[in-house]
Amino acid sequence: MALNPEQINRYSRHLLLPEVGVEGQEQICNARVLVIGTGGLGSPIGLYLAAAGVGTLGFIDFDVVDLSNLQRQVMHGESTVGHLKVDSAKNRIADINSSIEVVTYNERLTAANAMDIFKDYDIIIDGTDNFPTRYLTNDACVLLGKPLVYGSILRFEGQVSVFDAARGPCYRCLYPEPPPPGLVPNCAEGGVLGVLCATVGSLQATEALKLILGKGDTLIGRFMLFDALGMKFREMKLRKDENCPICGDNPTISELVDYEQFCGIVPHEESPEDSALEIDAQLVKDKLEGGNGFRLIDVREPSEYQICKIEGATLIPLGLIQEKNPAHLEGITKNDEIVVHCKAGVRSLKAAKALKEMGFTNVKSMRGGIEEWSDRIDPSVPKY
Amino acid sequence: MTRLLYFASLRALAGKSEESLELGGETTVRALGERIGKTSPKLGEMILGKKVMVSVNQDVATLDTPVRDGDEVAFLPPFSGGAI
Repeated sequence: MALNPEQINRYSRHLLLPEVGVEGQEQICNARVLVIGTGGLGSPIGLYLAAAGVGTLGFIDFDVVDLSNLQRQVMHGESTVGHLKVDSAKNRIADINSSIEVVTYNERLTAANAMDIFKDYDIIIDGTDNFPTRYLTNDACVLLGKPLVYGSILRFEGQVSVFDAARGPCYRCLYPEPPPPGLVPNCAEGGVLGVLCATVGSLQATEALKLILGKGDTLIGRFMLFDALGMKFREMKLRKDENCPICGDNPTISELVDYEQFCGIVPHEESPEDSALEIDAQLVKDKLEGGNGFRLIDVREPSEYQICKIEGATLIPLGLIQEKNPAHLEGITKNDEIVVHCKAGVRSLKAAKALKEMGFTNVKSMRGGIEEWSDRIDPSVPKY
Repeated sequence: MTRLLYFASLRALAGKSEESLELGGETTVRALGERIGKTSPKLGEMILGKKVMVSVNQDVATLDTPVRDGDEVAFLPPFSGGAI
Protein backbone atom coordinates (compact mmCIF):
# COMPACT_ATOMS: atom_id res chain seq x y z
CA MET A 1 0.00 0.00 0.00
CA ALA A 2 1.65 3.24 -1.16
CA LEU A 3 1.14 6.41 0.87
CA ASN A 4 -1.33 8.89 -0.61
CA PRO A 5 -0.66 12.67 -0.61
CA GLU A 6 -2.67 13.21 2.56
CA GLN A 7 -0.71 10.49 4.35
CA ILE A 8 2.57 11.96 3.13
CA ASN A 9 1.56 15.26 4.69
CA ARG A 10 0.22 13.70 7.91
CA TYR A 11 3.25 11.48 8.54
CA SER A 12 5.90 13.89 7.20
CA ARG A 13 7.82 14.05 10.50
CA HIS A 14 8.16 10.27 10.40
CA LEU A 15 9.10 10.26 6.73
CA LEU A 16 11.98 12.63 7.47
CA LEU A 17 13.52 10.10 9.86
CA PRO A 18 15.89 7.84 7.90
CA GLU A 19 15.03 4.99 10.32
CA VAL A 20 11.34 5.28 9.35
CA GLY A 21 11.07 6.85 5.90
CA VAL A 22 8.38 5.97 3.37
CA GLU A 23 9.00 2.26 3.67
CA GLY A 24 8.82 2.29 7.48
CA GLN A 25 5.65 4.38 7.51
CA GLU A 26 4.06 1.93 5.09
CA GLN A 27 4.99 -0.87 7.49
CA ILE A 28 3.35 1.08 10.33
CA CYS A 29 0.23 1.68 8.23
CA ASN A 30 -0.01 -2.04 7.50
CA ALA A 31 0.62 -3.18 11.09
CA ARG A 32 -1.98 -4.79 13.30
CA VAL A 33 -1.60 -4.21 17.06
CA LEU A 34 -3.81 -5.45 19.89
CA VAL A 35 -3.98 -3.41 23.10
CA ILE A 36 -5.24 -5.34 26.12
CA GLY A 37 -7.02 -2.99 28.49
CA THR A 38 -8.16 0.52 27.62
CA GLY A 39 -7.22 2.10 30.92
CA GLY A 40 -4.15 3.81 32.32
CA LEU A 41 -1.60 2.18 30.00
CA GLY A 42 -3.95 1.44 27.11
CA SER A 43 -4.83 5.14 26.85
CA PRO A 44 -1.43 6.59 25.88
CA ILE A 45 -0.55 3.44 23.95
CA GLY A 46 -3.73 3.68 21.85
CA LEU A 47 -3.53 7.43 21.35
CA TYR A 48 0.10 7.44 20.18
CA LEU A 49 -0.17 4.34 18.00
CA ALA A 50 -3.25 5.87 16.33
CA ALA A 51 -1.38 9.13 15.77
CA ALA A 52 1.57 7.15 14.37
CA GLY A 53 -0.76 5.53 11.85
CA VAL A 54 -0.84 1.89 12.96
CA GLY A 55 -3.32 0.51 10.42
CA THR A 56 -5.39 -1.75 12.65
CA LEU A 57 -5.75 -1.25 16.38
CA GLY A 58 -7.64 -3.79 18.48
CA PHE A 59 -8.91 -2.91 21.96
CA ILE A 60 -10.20 -5.42 24.46
CA ASP A 61 -11.88 -4.24 27.66
CA PHE A 62 -15.19 -5.09 29.30
CA ASP A 63 -15.33 -2.09 31.62
CA VAL A 64 -17.29 1.15 31.62
CA VAL A 65 -15.69 4.60 32.03
CA ASP A 66 -15.90 5.79 35.65
CA LEU A 67 -15.20 9.27 37.02
CA SER A 68 -12.28 7.86 39.05
CA ASN A 69 -10.62 6.71 35.77
CA LEU A 70 -10.17 10.25 34.42
CA GLN A 71 -7.21 11.01 36.73
CA ARG A 72 -5.02 8.91 34.41
CA GLN A 73 -7.00 7.29 31.58
CA VAL A 74 -6.62 10.11 29.05
CA MET A 75 -8.38 8.18 26.29
CA HIS A 76 -11.67 8.91 28.04
CA GLY A 77 -13.33 12.13 29.17
CA GLU A 78 -16.25 13.55 31.09
CA SER A 79 -18.48 13.12 28.05
CA THR A 80 -17.90 9.35 28.02
CA VAL A 81 -18.37 8.56 31.72
CA GLY A 82 -20.78 5.63 31.81
CA HIS A 83 -19.95 4.53 28.24
CA LEU A 84 -18.14 1.33 27.33
CA LYS A 85 -14.40 1.94 27.38
CA VAL A 86 -13.93 0.31 23.98
CA ASP A 87 -16.62 2.59 22.45
CA SER A 88 -15.05 5.63 24.09
CA ALA A 89 -11.67 4.58 22.63
CA LYS A 90 -13.10 4.01 19.17
CA ASN A 91 -14.68 7.49 19.08
CA ARG A 92 -11.56 9.21 20.40
CA ILE A 93 -9.34 7.48 17.85
CA ALA A 94 -11.70 8.28 14.99
CA ASP A 95 -11.04 11.94 15.82
CA ILE A 96 -7.25 11.51 15.95
CA ASN A 97 -6.89 9.42 12.80
CA SER A 98 -9.99 8.38 10.89
CA SER A 99 -7.98 6.19 8.50
CA ILE A 100 -7.33 3.64 11.24
CA GLU A 101 -9.40 0.54 11.52
CA VAL A 102 -10.39 0.09 15.16
CA VAL A 103 -11.58 -3.35 16.22
CA THR A 104 -13.26 -3.51 19.63
CA TYR A 105 -13.82 -6.49 21.89
CA ASN A 106 -16.22 -5.65 24.69
CA GLU A 107 -15.48 -8.80 26.61
CA ARG A 108 -13.20 -10.28 29.22
CA LEU A 109 -10.06 -11.91 27.81
CA THR A 110 -10.27 -15.61 28.65
CA ALA A 111 -8.56 -18.88 27.82
CA ALA A 112 -11.54 -19.55 25.52
CA ASN A 113 -11.19 -16.46 23.31
CA ALA A 114 -7.53 -15.37 23.61
CA MET A 115 -5.99 -17.48 20.82
CA ASP A 116 -8.74 -16.58 18.40
CA ILE A 117 -8.41 -12.85 19.07
CA PHE A 118 -4.57 -12.74 19.18
CA LYS A 119 -4.03 -14.66 15.94
CA ASP A 120 -5.12 -11.68 13.82
CA TYR A 121 -2.46 -9.33 15.24
CA ASP A 122 1.30 -8.85 14.74
CA ILE A 123 2.01 -7.46 18.21
CA ILE A 124 0.19 -7.73 21.53
CA ILE A 125 0.52 -4.98 24.14
CA ASP A 126 -0.24 -5.77 27.75
CA GLY A 127 -2.04 -3.07 29.73
CA THR A 128 -3.95 -5.31 32.10
CA ASP A 129 -4.40 -4.93 35.83
CA ASN A 130 -4.39 -8.48 37.13
CA PHE A 131 -2.18 -11.55 37.25
CA PRO A 132 -4.52 -14.11 35.66
CA THR A 133 -4.78 -11.98 32.50
CA ARG A 134 -1.01 -11.38 32.48
CA TYR A 135 -0.19 -15.08 32.55
CA LEU A 136 -2.94 -15.80 30.02
CA THR A 137 -1.59 -13.11 27.67
CA ASN A 138 1.98 -14.36 28.04
CA ASP A 139 1.06 -17.98 27.38
CA ALA A 140 -1.12 -17.18 24.36
CA CYS A 141 1.70 -15.04 22.87
CA VAL A 142 4.28 -17.80 23.40
CA LEU A 143 2.00 -20.44 21.87
CA LEU A 144 1.25 -18.23 18.85
CA GLY A 145 4.83 -16.92 18.51
CA LYS A 146 3.75 -13.26 18.88
CA PRO A 147 5.85 -10.56 20.55
CA LEU A 148 4.37 -9.13 23.76
CA VAL A 149 5.10 -5.59 24.93
CA TYR A 150 4.77 -5.75 28.70
CA GLY A 151 4.13 -2.83 31.01
CA SER A 152 2.96 -2.50 34.58
CA ILE A 153 2.58 0.27 37.11
CA LEU A 154 1.99 0.75 40.80
CA ARG A 155 2.10 3.86 42.97
CA PHE A 156 5.22 5.65 41.62
CA GLU A 157 6.95 2.75 39.90
CA GLY A 158 6.70 1.11 36.52
CA GLN A 159 8.13 -1.86 34.64
CA VAL A 160 8.52 -2.34 30.89
CA SER A 161 9.91 -5.18 28.79
CA VAL A 162 9.36 -7.02 25.51
CA PHE A 163 8.80 -10.76 25.65
CA ASP A 164 9.34 -12.71 22.48
CA ALA A 165 10.00 -16.36 23.22
CA ALA A 166 11.60 -16.89 19.81
CA ARG A 167 14.29 -14.33 20.61
CA GLY A 168 14.42 -14.12 24.41
CA PRO A 169 12.68 -14.85 27.70
CA CYS A 170 8.94 -14.75 28.40
CA TYR A 171 7.12 -13.44 31.48
CA ARG A 172 7.15 -16.92 33.04
CA CYS A 173 10.97 -17.04 32.78
CA LEU A 174 10.95 -14.11 35.25
CA TYR A 175 8.03 -15.03 37.43
CA PRO A 176 7.28 -18.76 37.02
CA GLU A 177 4.48 -18.56 39.53
CA PRO A 178 2.13 -15.78 40.57
CA PRO A 179 2.42 -14.22 44.02
CA PRO A 180 -0.01 -15.37 46.68
CA PRO A 181 -3.32 -13.50 46.24
CA GLY A 182 -3.49 -10.33 48.28
CA LEU A 183 0.25 -9.86 48.70
CA VAL A 184 0.69 -7.51 45.75
CA PRO A 185 -1.83 -4.68 45.75
CA ASN A 186 -3.39 -3.48 42.49
CA CYS A 187 -3.85 0.18 41.56
CA ALA A 188 -7.35 0.25 43.03
CA GLU A 189 -5.88 -0.72 46.41
CA GLY A 190 -2.40 0.79 46.22
CA GLY A 191 -3.05 3.96 44.21
CA VAL A 192 -1.07 5.20 41.23
CA LEU A 193 0.36 8.54 40.13
CA GLY A 194 -1.72 9.27 37.02
CA VAL A 195 1.07 10.63 34.86
CA LEU A 196 3.14 7.48 35.45
CA CYS A 197 0.79 5.80 32.97
CA ALA A 198 2.05 8.17 30.26
CA THR A 199 5.71 7.37 31.01
CA VAL A 200 5.23 3.62 30.95
CA GLY A 201 2.57 3.54 28.20
CA SER A 202 4.64 5.69 25.87
CA LEU A 203 7.66 3.42 26.42
CA GLN A 204 5.45 0.49 25.42
CA ALA A 205 4.20 2.32 22.32
CA THR A 206 7.81 3.14 21.40
CA GLU A 207 8.78 -0.52 21.65
CA ALA A 208 5.78 -1.55 19.53
CA LEU A 209 6.81 0.89 16.77
CA LYS A 210 10.42 -0.39 16.89
CA LEU A 211 9.16 -3.96 16.56
CA ILE A 212 7.06 -2.94 13.53
CA LEU A 213 10.02 -1.17 11.95
CA GLY A 214 12.59 -3.77 12.98
CA LYS A 215 14.84 -0.92 14.07
CA GLY A 216 16.88 -0.12 17.16
CA ASP A 217 17.53 -2.20 20.27
CA THR A 218 14.28 -3.40 21.73
CA LEU A 219 13.74 -4.45 25.34
CA ILE A 220 13.88 -8.15 24.39
CA GLY A 221 16.05 -9.68 27.14
CA ARG A 222 16.04 -6.46 29.14
CA PHE A 223 13.77 -5.26 31.91
CA MET A 224 13.31 -1.54 32.56
CA LEU A 225 12.33 -0.22 35.96
CA PHE A 226 11.20 3.35 36.41
CA ASP A 227 10.89 5.11 39.76
CA ALA A 228 9.09 8.44 39.37
CA LEU A 229 9.81 9.63 42.92
CA GLY A 230 13.56 9.01 42.62
CA MET A 231 13.35 9.88 38.88
CA LYS A 232 15.53 6.91 38.09
CA PHE A 233 15.57 4.33 35.34
CA ARG A 234 17.25 0.99 36.03
CA GLU A 235 17.76 -1.91 33.72
CA MET A 236 18.21 -5.60 34.33
CA LYS A 237 19.54 -8.15 31.90
CA LEU A 238 17.19 -11.09 31.56
CA ARG A 239 17.91 -14.63 30.53
CA LYS A 240 15.68 -17.29 29.06
CA ASP A 241 14.97 -19.96 31.66
CA GLU A 242 15.73 -23.35 30.13
CA ASN A 243 13.29 -24.84 32.66
CA CYS A 244 10.48 -22.39 31.78
CA PRO A 245 7.26 -24.42 31.69
CA ILE A 246 6.09 -22.80 28.45
CA CYS A 247 9.14 -21.58 26.49
CA GLY A 248 11.92 -23.74 27.98
CA ASP A 249 13.62 -26.82 26.56
CA ASN A 250 10.96 -29.23 27.77
CA PRO A 251 7.73 -27.26 28.03
CA THR A 252 4.91 -28.74 30.06
CA ILE A 253 2.27 -26.23 28.97
CA SER A 254 1.00 -26.74 25.43
CA GLU A 255 -2.39 -25.07 25.73
CA LEU A 256 -4.06 -22.37 27.78
CA VAL A 257 -5.14 -23.32 31.31
CA ASP A 258 -7.50 -21.93 33.95
CA TYR A 259 -5.64 -18.77 34.98
CA GLU A 260 -7.90 -17.76 37.85
CA GLN A 261 -7.20 -21.10 39.46
CA PHE A 262 -3.47 -20.90 38.60
CA CYS A 263 -3.28 -17.56 40.41
CA GLY A 264 -5.12 -18.96 43.43
CA ILE A 265 -8.18 -16.83 42.83
CA VAL A 266 -11.35 -18.74 43.51
CA PRO A 267 -14.65 -17.24 42.47
CA HIS A 268 -16.03 -15.32 45.42
CA GLU A 269 -18.48 -17.67 47.00
CA GLU A 270 -19.26 -16.82 50.53
CA SER A 271 -18.62 -19.73 52.84
CA PRO A 272 -20.94 -20.30 55.80
CA GLU A 273 -17.98 -19.54 58.12
CA ASP A 274 -17.52 -16.16 56.45
CA SER A 275 -21.22 -15.30 56.69
CA ALA A 276 -21.22 -16.19 60.38
CA LEU A 277 -18.41 -13.66 60.93
CA GLU A 278 -20.31 -10.82 59.26
CA ILE A 279 -22.57 -8.16 60.71
CA ASP A 280 -24.96 -5.76 58.99
CA ALA A 281 -24.09 -2.04 58.85
CA GLN A 282 -27.38 -1.03 60.53
CA LEU A 283 -26.57 -3.21 63.55
CA VAL A 284 -23.14 -1.58 63.74
CA LYS A 285 -24.79 1.84 63.79
CA ASP A 286 -27.08 0.75 66.65
CA LYS A 287 -24.13 -0.60 68.60
CA LEU A 288 -22.11 2.60 68.05
CA GLU A 289 -24.97 4.62 69.49
CA GLY A 290 -25.29 2.18 72.39
CA GLY A 291 -21.63 2.60 73.45
CA ASN A 292 -20.64 0.26 76.32
CA GLY A 293 -17.34 -1.45 75.50
CA PHE A 294 -18.08 -1.63 71.79
CA ARG A 295 -15.05 -1.14 69.52
CA LEU A 296 -15.22 -0.26 65.82
CA ILE A 297 -11.85 -0.80 64.11
CA ASP A 298 -11.11 0.52 60.63
CA VAL A 299 -8.56 -1.78 58.97
CA ARG A 300 -7.95 0.34 55.85
CA GLU A 301 -4.75 2.26 55.10
CA PRO A 302 -4.10 5.70 56.69
CA SER A 303 -4.51 7.43 53.28
CA GLU A 304 -7.99 5.91 52.95
CA TYR A 305 -8.86 6.94 56.51
CA GLN A 306 -8.01 10.54 55.57
CA ILE A 307 -10.45 10.43 52.64
CA CYS A 308 -13.40 9.40 54.80
CA LYS A 309 -14.14 7.63 58.04
CA ILE A 310 -16.94 6.45 60.28
CA GLU A 311 -17.07 8.58 63.45
CA GLY A 312 -15.94 6.54 66.43
CA ALA A 313 -13.76 4.12 64.44
CA THR A 314 -10.12 3.49 65.41
CA LEU A 315 -7.62 2.99 62.59
CA ILE A 316 -5.51 -0.19 62.71
CA PRO A 317 -4.47 -1.22 59.17
CA LEU A 318 -4.91 -4.88 58.20
CA GLY A 319 -1.14 -5.34 57.80
CA LEU A 320 -0.58 -4.48 61.47
CA ILE A 321 -3.35 -6.81 62.63
CA GLN A 322 -1.94 -9.65 60.53
CA GLU A 323 1.41 -9.26 62.29
CA LYS A 324 -0.51 -10.53 65.34
CA ASN A 325 1.57 -8.41 67.64
CA PRO A 326 -0.50 -7.49 70.74
CA ALA A 327 1.35 -4.13 70.92
CA HIS A 328 -0.67 -2.94 67.93
CA LEU A 329 -3.93 -3.66 69.75
CA GLU A 330 -3.20 -1.92 73.00
CA GLY A 331 -6.26 -1.12 75.09
CA ILE A 332 -8.44 -3.77 73.47
CA THR A 333 -9.22 -6.75 75.65
CA LYS A 334 -10.01 -10.28 74.55
CA ASN A 335 -13.67 -10.06 75.53
CA ASP A 336 -14.45 -6.64 74.04
CA GLU A 337 -17.17 -6.57 71.44
CA ILE A 338 -15.22 -5.75 68.25
CA VAL A 339 -16.42 -4.92 64.74
CA VAL A 340 -13.85 -4.42 61.99
CA HIS A 341 -14.58 -2.64 58.73
CA CYS A 342 -12.72 -1.77 55.52
CA LYS A 343 -13.74 -0.34 52.14
CA ALA A 344 -15.85 -3.19 50.77
CA GLY A 345 -15.71 -5.98 53.35
CA VAL A 346 -12.93 -8.21 52.02
CA ARG A 347 -9.98 -6.97 54.09
CA SER A 348 -12.10 -6.74 57.24
CA LEU A 349 -13.02 -10.41 56.92
CA LYS A 350 -9.30 -11.26 56.91
CA ALA A 351 -8.80 -8.98 59.92
CA ALA A 352 -11.66 -10.64 61.81
CA LYS A 353 -10.12 -14.07 61.19
CA ALA A 354 -6.68 -12.87 62.35
CA LEU A 355 -8.19 -11.39 65.52
CA LYS A 356 -10.04 -14.63 66.26
CA GLU A 357 -6.76 -16.52 65.88
CA MET A 358 -5.20 -14.13 68.40
CA GLY A 359 -7.84 -15.07 70.93
CA PHE A 360 -10.34 -12.23 70.62
CA THR A 361 -13.67 -13.93 71.15
CA ASN A 362 -16.31 -11.44 70.07
CA VAL A 363 -15.30 -10.24 66.59
CA LYS A 364 -17.43 -9.41 63.55
CA SER A 365 -16.70 -7.94 60.12
CA MET A 366 -19.04 -5.27 58.75
CA ARG A 367 -20.52 -6.57 55.49
CA GLY A 368 -19.97 -4.27 52.48
CA GLY A 369 -17.56 -1.98 54.32
CA ILE A 370 -17.68 1.80 54.33
CA GLU A 371 -19.20 1.72 50.83
CA GLU A 372 -22.32 0.08 52.18
CA TRP A 373 -22.26 2.49 55.13
CA SER A 374 -22.28 5.35 52.62
CA ASP A 375 -25.15 3.77 50.65
CA ARG A 376 -27.43 2.89 53.55
CA ILE A 377 -26.43 4.68 56.74
CA ASP A 378 -24.68 7.98 56.00
CA PRO A 379 -24.58 9.30 52.41
CA SER A 380 -22.34 12.19 53.52
CA VAL A 381 -19.47 9.66 53.66
CA PRO A 382 -17.88 9.95 50.18
CA LYS A 383 -17.00 6.97 48.00
CA TYR A 384 -13.56 6.65 46.45
CA MET B 1 29.70 -5.05 52.00
CA THR B 2 26.84 -6.15 49.78
CA ARG B 3 24.12 -3.70 48.89
CA LEU B 4 20.56 -5.03 48.90
CA LEU B 5 17.80 -3.10 47.11
CA TYR B 6 14.10 -3.72 47.65
CA PHE B 7 11.50 -2.55 45.16
CA ALA B 8 7.81 -1.68 45.37
CA SER B 9 5.80 -3.76 47.86
CA LEU B 10 8.95 -5.50 49.12
CA ARG B 11 9.98 -2.25 50.82
CA ALA B 12 7.08 -2.61 53.23
CA LEU B 13 7.95 -6.27 53.89
CA ALA B 14 11.63 -5.49 54.47
CA GLY B 15 10.84 -2.29 56.34
CA LYS B 16 13.46 -0.45 54.23
CA SER B 17 14.32 0.28 50.62
CA GLU B 18 17.95 -0.76 50.88
CA GLU B 19 20.52 -2.11 53.28
CA SER B 20 24.17 -3.14 53.37
CA LEU B 21 25.19 -6.54 54.67
CA GLU B 22 28.59 -7.91 55.66
CA LEU B 23 28.66 -11.36 54.05
CA GLY B 24 32.03 -12.57 55.33
CA GLY B 25 32.89 -14.37 52.11
CA GLU B 26 31.08 -15.72 49.08
CA THR B 27 27.51 -16.88 49.45
CA THR B 28 24.50 -17.56 47.18
CA VAL B 29 21.15 -15.92 46.57
CA ARG B 30 19.56 -18.87 48.39
CA ALA B 31 21.68 -18.35 51.52
CA LEU B 32 20.97 -14.64 51.36
CA GLY B 33 17.21 -15.40 51.14
CA GLU B 34 17.49 -17.62 54.21
CA ARG B 35 19.33 -14.87 56.09
CA ILE B 36 16.72 -12.24 55.10
CA GLY B 37 13.98 -14.68 56.17
CA LYS B 38 15.27 -14.56 59.75
CA THR B 39 14.24 -10.92 60.11
CA SER B 40 11.49 -10.76 57.46
CA PRO B 41 9.94 -14.25 57.23
CA LYS B 42 7.45 -13.37 54.48
CA LEU B 43 10.15 -11.78 52.33
CA GLY B 44 12.48 -14.74 52.82
CA GLU B 45 9.69 -17.10 51.84
CA MET B 46 9.00 -15.13 48.67
CA ILE B 47 12.66 -15.09 47.66
CA LEU B 48 13.14 -18.81 48.27
CA GLY B 49 9.78 -19.60 46.62
CA LYS B 50 10.90 -17.68 43.49
CA LYS B 51 8.01 -15.23 43.75
CA VAL B 52 10.33 -12.27 43.34
CA MET B 53 12.85 -11.57 40.62
CA VAL B 54 16.41 -11.30 41.94
CA SER B 55 19.25 -9.61 40.12
CA VAL B 56 22.93 -9.58 41.03
CA ASN B 57 24.76 -6.59 39.56
CA GLN B 58 21.77 -5.87 37.29
CA ASP B 59 21.84 -9.36 35.80
CA VAL B 60 18.92 -11.66 36.54
CA ALA B 61 19.92 -14.36 39.05
CA THR B 62 18.82 -17.81 40.21
CA LEU B 63 18.90 -19.14 43.77
CA ASP B 64 22.32 -20.65 43.00
CA THR B 65 23.91 -17.44 41.70
CA PRO B 66 26.96 -16.54 43.80
CA VAL B 67 26.94 -13.29 45.77
CA ARG B 68 30.19 -11.64 46.79
CA ASP B 69 31.27 -8.58 48.71
CA GLY B 70 30.71 -5.46 46.67
CA ASP B 71 27.80 -6.94 44.70
CA GLU B 72 24.47 -5.20 44.36
CA VAL B 73 21.49 -7.52 44.82
CA ALA B 74 18.02 -6.25 43.84
CA PHE B 75 14.68 -7.85 44.71
CA LEU B 76 11.74 -7.05 42.48
CA PRO B 77 8.16 -8.22 43.00
CA PRO B 78 5.70 -8.66 40.13
CA PHE B 79 3.31 -5.74 39.55
CA SER B 80 -0.28 -6.27 38.64
CA GLY B 81 -1.34 -2.73 37.79
CA GLY B 82 -2.12 -1.25 34.42
CA ALA B 83 -5.65 -0.76 33.29
CA ILE B 84 -8.21 -0.20 36.01
